[in-house]
Amino acid sequence: MTKIKTVADLKRIKDEVQSKIKLRENSDHPEQIVQVKVGMATCGIASGAKETMKYFVDELEQQAIDAVVTQTGCMGYCYAEPTVEVTLPGKDAVVFGYVNKEKAEEIIDVYIKRGELIDGVIPITFKTIDD
Amino acid sequence: MTDYKMHLLICGGTGCKAAESDEIKKSLKNWIDELGLEDDVQVVFTGCFGFCEKGPIVKVMPDNTFYVNVKPDDAEEIVKEHLLKGRPVQRLLYTDPVSKKAISDSKGMNFYKKQLRIALRNCGFINPESIDEYISRDGYMALGKCLGELTPDETIKEIKDSGLRGRGGGGFPTGLKWEITRNVESDEKYVVCNADEGDPGAFMDRSILEGDPHSVIEAMAICGYCIGAENGLVYIRAEYPLAIERLKIALNQAREYGLLGEDILGTGFNFEIDIRLGAGAFVCGEETALIHSMEGLRGEPTFKPPFPSVSGYLGKPTNVNNVETFANIPVILNKGASWFSKIGTEKSKGTKVFALAGKINNVGLIEVPMGTTLREVIYDIGGGIKDGKGFKSVQTGGPSGGCLTKDFLDTPIDYDNLIKAGSMMGSGGMIVMDEDDCMVSIAKFYLEFTLEESCGKCSPCRIGNKRLHEILENITNGNGKEEDLERLKLLSNVIKDTSLCGLGQSSPNPVLSTILNFEDEYLAHVNEGKCPAGQCKALLKYEIIEDLCTGCTLCFRNCPVGAITGERRQPHYIDQSLCIKCGVCYEKCKFNAIRLS
Repeated sequence: MTKIKTVADLKRIKDEVQSKIKLRENSDHPEQIVQVKVGMATCGIASGAKETMKYFVDELEQQAIDAVVTQTGCMGYCYAEPTVEVTLPGKDAVVFGYVNKEKAEEIIDVYIKRGELIDGVIPITFKTIDD
Repeated sequence: MTDYKMHLLICGGTGCKAAESDEIKKSLKNWIDELGLEDDVQVVFTGCFGFCEKGPIVKVMPDNTFYVNVKPDDAEEIVKEHLLKGRPVQRLLYTDPVSKKAISDSKGMNFYKKQLRIALRNCGFINPESIDEYISRDGYMALGKCLGELTPDETIKEIKDSGLRGRGGGGFPTGLKWEITRNVESDEKYVVCNADEGDPGAFMDRSILEGDPHSVIEAMAICGYCIGAENGLVYIRAEYPLAIERLKIALNQAREYGLLGEDILGTGFNFEIDIRLGAGAFVCGEETALIHSMEGLRGEPTFKPPFPSVSGYLGKPTNVNNVETFANIPVILNKGASWFSKIGTEKSKGTKVFALAGKINNVGLIEVPMGTTLREVIYDIGGGIKDGKGFKSVQTGGPSGGCLTKDFLDTPIDYDNLIKAGSMMGSGGMIVMDEDDCMVSIAKFYLEFTLEESCGKCSPCRIGNKRLHEILENITNGNGKEEDLERLKLLSNVIKDTSLCGLGQSSPNPVLSTILNFEDEYLAHVNEGKCPAGQCKALLKYEIIEDLCTGCTLCFRNCPVGAITGERRQPHYIDQSLCIKCGVCYEKCKFNAIRLS
């Protein structure tokens, strides 16, 4: 282990290790940041949800967008897998279907960064017991 | 570095470890490897989550899913269902006792809603064996700030302005203590961390050292810088092996990074910390006794003054603070005194950690802002009394504290209010009693503890407590008289006034407060020979109700002393002179024909 000789060294190490627990810190206040939920049931995984999820995690990290990416169960839109639900702070959740890498890129660039809706939104077809 | 998508936090506190959390971790790891998720999921052992009642705890981040009572066999389902398919395992979620709904997110649990975690900020969040995770949570930044930007006097002023008071029980202002030690001239000074947590049922300090040892190390170094000391000592009881182990690991990591040792952060400040193991004597939590124990002498207190700040370890000025006090320091310096002093009441700032125990649903470790009421702690966070029984009393301050009645439930908790109510803050033990607890027996229980732990140096404590105990013993045996109550009060006050150290000065508190708040219960014992709670065996009488007894002979055959007689199919009788009140007949009777009076 190298010695920490100055406060600047300490800050540099802090920045390096920050990402290790960022996921835990963000999950303490998910409503204030972008939440992405990837449908990861059997149908989703078979259609490539794992790659989609990895892409979201990597890309959001790289573009330094504060977000929580979680996996969730089957949303019922098996015909449109992989499905991804995106909740921007203060807005209702929006579900996108057929999210491959390209679609994911578009979601990040257009919806998450600029807040503009794009094609491929699946209308929510059910009520939940919380409604 | 691998970018994990999920973090699995497993409680590695002593409580959960005793309930096989090691095995759970191993099993989870096996399944994660088996299913090829090792690059996606990070498994971390953390400090105590506080919700010990439902341990072992496993928390899944980022979805914040909180699993309770996890067993090693549950690992497969958690990994296959939740980690792989994103379906939380419903049966392992916490069920709200009132609404009966399963709660997935720990933030939705009443247990956590009213808590504010400052001293416990990293417990259950970081891996206590990783200095990097501590640094990523602003660790050692406060030390860097002090060494680089603040003079010792400025740092002390910040602590004074924050209003922080000693969390070991006394409530002495921490900044003032530091200032006094700083102002004493000496070639050598010491910083001592008091981790000799001795109250029965208290585990605040242990959990902090197990869950976040670096916060204590950082604060001790800051204290050293302020008072002008280059050496720190942690006095910890040997019966805390996990805390000692984690502290040792943390000390080594801090040394490797150069955050302990010589020329820390290039500022020319030197500081080193050593561990001293204690044998677990209650009196050694008293600072002069603690210092003598560290010097290799008998753990006995000496008269104050001189205070340790003037003449302590090896006769040098020594600043003694409790673990929880230290754990607050880095946050105060990072966030500022004004941030800290906004939390709490007028004279008690910040938060306090309590170990909830006794007849309460959610046994565990909690941290609440000063000024929270006992009702909020017991009913909202603690989930109320076990088995729907009625609340009778809450004991704060351990063997030195007092028992409070339901009249005090709406009292905001702080140092001064608890003293006014006849109890004290103490180090943070909080034991809840229900209607089945006999208050005379409770007072006797605490005295048994102090009797055992009294060092014997001064006679009021050594002999006085023994006499108190004898009187209580008489009352619970049915041989008490009404005059005994006055004798108890008189003797208690003499012991309080004349004992040498805090142990004797506070040991009669449980007796005095139970007499004050539950006098009718004492009177029932001495005047009517009854124990209203049905706990004092000598005052109980088992009787057979003739009309209900079928003469089945079951009680007759099970009585270990042959106190029951009677013919088959005829009512039986208990010979009271032979009965040892073991209760076997009461349990065995199928017809509810045995009565307890």
